[in-house]
Amino acid sequence: MHNGGMDTSMRVDGRRREQRQAEVVGALAKIVPPGSILFRHEDTVTYECDALTAYRNSPLVVVLPETDAQVAAILEVCHAMAVPVIARGAGTGLSGGATPHRWGVILSLAKFNEILHIDPAACTAIVQCGVRNAAISEAAAPYGLYYAPDPSSQIACTIGGNVAENSGGVHCLKYGLTLHNVLRVRGFLADGEPVEFGSAALDAAGLDLIAVVVGSEGMLAVVTEVTVKLIPKPLQARCIMASFGDIESAGAAVASVIAQGIIPAGLELMDKAMTAAVEAFVHADYDLSAAAILLCESDGTPEEVAEEISRMEQVLTAAGASRIEVSRDEAQRLKFWSGRKNAFPASGGISPDYMCMDSTIPRKRLAEMLRAIEDMQSKYGLRCVNVFHAGDGNLHPLILFDADNADEMRRCELFGADILETSVRMGGTVTGEHGVGVEKLNSMCVQFAPAERELFQALKRAFDPRELLNPGKVIPTLQRCAEYGKMHVHRGMLPHPELPRF
Amino acid sequence: MEQRDPALAELVDRVLEARDRGAPLEIRGGGTKAFYGGAPQGEPFEVTALCGISCYEPTELVVTARGGTRLSDLEAVLAEYGQCLPFEPPRFSAGGTVGGMVAAGLSGPSRAAVGGVRDHILGVTLLNGRGEVLTFGGQVAKNVAGYDVSRLMAGSCGILGVLCEVSLKVLPVPRAMATLCFDDDERQALERLGRWSSQPLPINASAWREGRLHVRLAGAAAAVDAARVKLEGDELDPASALKWWQSLRDQTEPFFSLSEADLARGECLWRLSVPSTAAPIKLPGRQLMEWHGAERWWRTFASAAEVRAAAAAAGGHATLTRGADKSCGAFTPLTGALLRIHRGLKQAFDPEGIFNPGRLYAEL
Repeated sequence: MHNGGMDTSMRVDGRRREQRQAEVVGALAKIVPPGSILFRHEDTVTYECDALTAYRNSPLVVVLPETDAQVAAILEVCHAMAVPVIARGAGTGLSGGATPHRWGVILSLAKFNEILHIDPAACTAIVQCGVRNAAISEAAAPYGLYYAPDPSSQIACTIGGNVAENSGGVHCLKYGLTLHNVLRVRGFLADGEPVEFGSAALDAAGLDLIAVVVGSEGMLAVVTEVTVKLIPKPLQARCIMASFGDIESAGAAVASVIAQGIIPAGLELMDKAMTAAVEAFVHADYDLSAAAILLCESDGTPEEVAEEISRMEQVLTAAGASRIEVSRDEAQRLKFWSGRKNAFPASGGISPDYMCMDSTIPRKRLAEMLRAIEDMQSKYGLRCVNVFHAGDGNLHPLILFDADNADEMRRCELFGADILETSVRMGGTVTGEHGVGVEKLNSMCVQFAPAERELFQALKRAFDPRELLNPGKVIPTLQRCAEYGKMHVHRGMLPHPELPRF
Repeated sequence: MEQRDPALAELVDRVLEARDRGAPLEIRGGGTKAFYGGAPQGEPFEVTALCGISCYEPTELVVTARGGTRLSDLEAVLAEYGQCLPFEPPRFSAGGTVGGMVAAGLSGPSRAAVGGVRDHILGVTLLNGRGEVLTFGGQVAKNVAGYDVSRLMAGSCGILGVLCEVSLKVLPVPRAMATLCFDDDERQALERLGRWSSQPLPINASAWREGRLHVRLAGAAAAVDAARVKLEGDELDPASALKWWQSLRDQTEPFFSLSEADLARGECLWRLSVPSTAAPIKLPGRQLMEWHGAERWWRTFASAAEVRAAAAAAGGHATLTRGADKSCGAFTPLTGALLRIHRGLKQAFDPEGIFNPGRLYAEL
């Protein structure tokens, strides 16, 4: 009886969805050619998830416009019909930001892949949102320029996706995040109205709206064109690989480098387990006896690099490095980096599955965090290997598990949540560069108080009053947080400002 | 948030009380930028009691200070550890506060090279129009949890709330500096700066006025030395150079000083923010150019319409920084979608409209 009722309601739901699908396809067919609309299951299956494959959903319709006018018209129609719209780039996101909505349209911007203009004197490039991150630097190379933010997926990920996520990379300690390297975005609001945030100048009139649009995970506007800042390519880069006998001295070395007034172009740390995994994968002669390996890079003119490398060597030696090697040439520098850049696939080689975390903590607490993760390994009965953007305090612990084992999956999720909550308690954040998407909605309940989350919702409505752009992502509802049941961790203004805490 | 903090509790009470009466408040820090933006309106609301450096860890490159902290106090502490606010916020006179610096969102000569105030904000604690104390961002450089509300505060002129506490990214003071001068007309200066901008040179600031271009180099000693040789300019002695850049940063250079009489006659100081490569802008009056051409200051009698049209034609916007008559609006007016979003944001942060009415735009 009960089951019969459920079957009926599912059938009704299925019929409603088919009907809705037909309506939406019909409306979109007036805007784009039939080949640009996908709705049969076999055609939409590749759009069911982004790089966070554990979260899947079947989109109502996928549409692939190729002009701004089509994007505007699609948004207008969807707005009028109250259809949710989820913009999608290359689908390389790691937090499920592009996960489809069962009643929504996936707006694939894959066809917006043109580099519109490079201005070497202004050091800017105007590109369409679907241009790959690495393609910008390739196009700028003849002018001796490049686009600095370099997320690890840079050969595939698009600039539109980088804007949505405020992507970082290994060089952002010195060169900043996407936010610092984007001057202007053009696109459309949820109702299809054209809009421009930022400008070709260094600021724009009024509130700094581009600051909230960058990193908004497709919740505020659909971006189709991006003006990025290019910077002169450094003449040289050299890298130091330093081994440390214990995690504490590696953590202290990171602080010492910064304390000496050095801002390395990259400062990365791998723990012993990670080093073993990548060595087996790339064979780059990493020091397998070290408790931690630090990669510390300098770039600039040859004179500048020589000066900085010698200062870095002194600091790292004083900090107790047991072995130091400076790259002799570009080939060796790339070899040093090969392991770090292959940390994720190497983890895939030693475990059926892995879950990558992305929290940030104050740099000084790196060693403490690694110890905490060590304890969690026994607590949850799972292994974890660690790579850090040590210069930014951005952690990427990779928890190893087997997704076919339901209990391991469950323990892995608890392990991950524990890392995030520990990070918030240490004064950090649940996501440094991968975004909240759907993956970290629960953790947002821990990081933000109800009034803060309500303000986020109100901010969204200022851009998208009907809440049709990427609904359900980034900001958890009050109800969801109540069900999650974990309290907001106290942060914010520090007590006793009269006490110096240097 | 420490709601028990007496200074904060007092501010919260005052906001709640003002909201209940529907009485607008004029948020006041050091009062050094009262001239900036629309004319202050509302009951004076002193926030300087909420002061002090809450946390400073030089090795984290982060400082957290309460909104009422004097900028000079903050900079003095940073200097002790060889660090600085790299964006060189202007200090128009003594007493300016950290909250005021963020609310005004103004940056100095190094802006084009190192970024502005907004680029260095990591987190804020904000007292909104409902009397709620909210924290956004944090004390770490990489943070994408939720919308980046903290950076939205830069240049918001206090219309969204009281900045109770701010975390800022700081940087080491450059190890070496040098200032070179060149006799260039405006076009030559722009051309030179455009050519150099695409080369790996440690150019940190530039300023052109009346046939003379100043270029500041900053960075590693080896890089500054190499560039000094390569660029072949007349080098200014360090003391004069320091004085020159400070006079631009704090706008004490006579170019920026409009007397009461100048203002009464209708002369205005305009800031045109345009793409650095914009061709020379033709306006009656005198010009001083910074940020490698991206910031062009004009002292002029020209009408607001004429100045704004010139800025728009160059792809930018114009701010009436000093002028007796600001009826045209201090900032370039907004229309359409942008105006709607601004109204929605004001509604989200300050639904009763009690904070700094008219300071950014008359309608907000």
